[in-house]
Amino acid sequence: MAEKPELWRWTESRWTNPDLDWKGNVITSGVDVGSVSSQAVILADGKLYAYSNMRTGSDSPDSAMKAINWAMEDTGLKLEDIVYTVGTGYGRVNVPFSQRAITEIACHARGGNFMYGPSVRTILDMGGQDCKAIHCDERGKVTNFLMNDKCAAGTGRGMEVFADLLGVSINDVGDLSLDVKEEPPPVSSTCVVYAKTEATGLLREGWPKNKVLAAYCSAMAHRIMTLLERIGVEEDFAITGGIAKNRGVVTRLEKEVGIPIMKAEYDTQIAGAIGAALFAKALVEKGKK
Amino acid sequence: MIANYGYKDGSGDYFITIDTDKCNGCKDCISACPYGVLDVGPDENDPLSDDEVAFVTEAERKKIKYTCAPCKPMTDRPPLPCMAACKQEAISHSW
Repeated sequence: MAEKPELWRWTESRWTNPDLDWKGNVITSGVDVGSVSSQAVILADGKLYAYSNMRTGSDSPDSAMKAINWAMEDTGLKLEDIVYTVGTGYGRVNVPFSQRAITEIACHARGGNFMYGPSVRTILDMGGQDCKAIHCDERGKVTNFLMNDKCAAGTGRGMEVFADLLGVSINDVGDLSLDVKEEPPPVSSTCVVYAKTEATGLLREGWPKNKVLAAYCSAMAHRIMTLLERIGVEEDFAITGGIAKNRGVVTRLEKEVGIPIMKAEYDTQIAGAIGAALFAKALVEKGKK
Repeated sequence: MIANYGYKDGSGDYFITIDTDKCNGCKDCISACPYGVLDVGPDENDPLSDDEVAFVTEAERKKIKYTCAPCKPMTDRPPLPCMAACKQEAISHSW
């Protein structure tokens, strides 16, 4: 039997800042072990030096180790050179070389502030297994937050289910879903399992894949909108996490919210790890262990 | 900080909101809650602050609809013990 293609597999990435030399600088790192993806960010004196973004395996400590090793690859850096590491994310207590664990809510606010600048007030983190809406001040300090991690609707996992059902690579879902003449009514936004059942029915009725994807992306945007309504959206508005790369959801959400979504210069998935590395630097300066 | 602990599911919104700027960490809410939903400690979402504030325990965050239900009868609802105990008026419920 031919091997089944891994449709859920998104592109992993790593990056080193070519203009920066880490030697002689205070090196801090942040490791975000999420439910689906793991990131490691290395800062040299608070400047972004290197990062890696990869799939989380079944073993959290091992995933953390792999992420940091990949970020350090070809830089000459060793684990001993890192003065302070902060772990964050779902598996934050399972980062063996970290000195402290900090919640992803605090880290995403801080990281979002670094990535999008001090004008950002609302950060929506659309992760693999949860969704967080965060308000922050100009320094990246949380002022209001709300998290939904009880249900897969509106998360990356839900999107994986649909990519698999329709036989479409997760990287193409967003663009394909926008390739419709008319916006179809959304499928159920309460539950991924129900949405899948509904989508199977629509396929049987003869709906093409892109139309089904459009219906799901729009359901997801709607679902997230109801969550955002609770805390409100203040400008500027930015999205972090894997779903931020899905144009199908982002474009529809932008329409529902009625506020432009900031464009990212960085990989949106590394926000939490950047925040963690910035906290690591702040904690070194504070002399905290 | 307005901290919303809880969740939204098919049946509604279940959030306990704690205004950590109002909370003074007095711990009155801990003894007032008959089901151990609340606790006081360092603010996990403000790691650079040393102040202690109230929060909803990790174990209860995903089931407060059920844990809080005995304090919320459908009719003749008395003031919620946690809210009544909080002199700072820092606690509120969404449902």
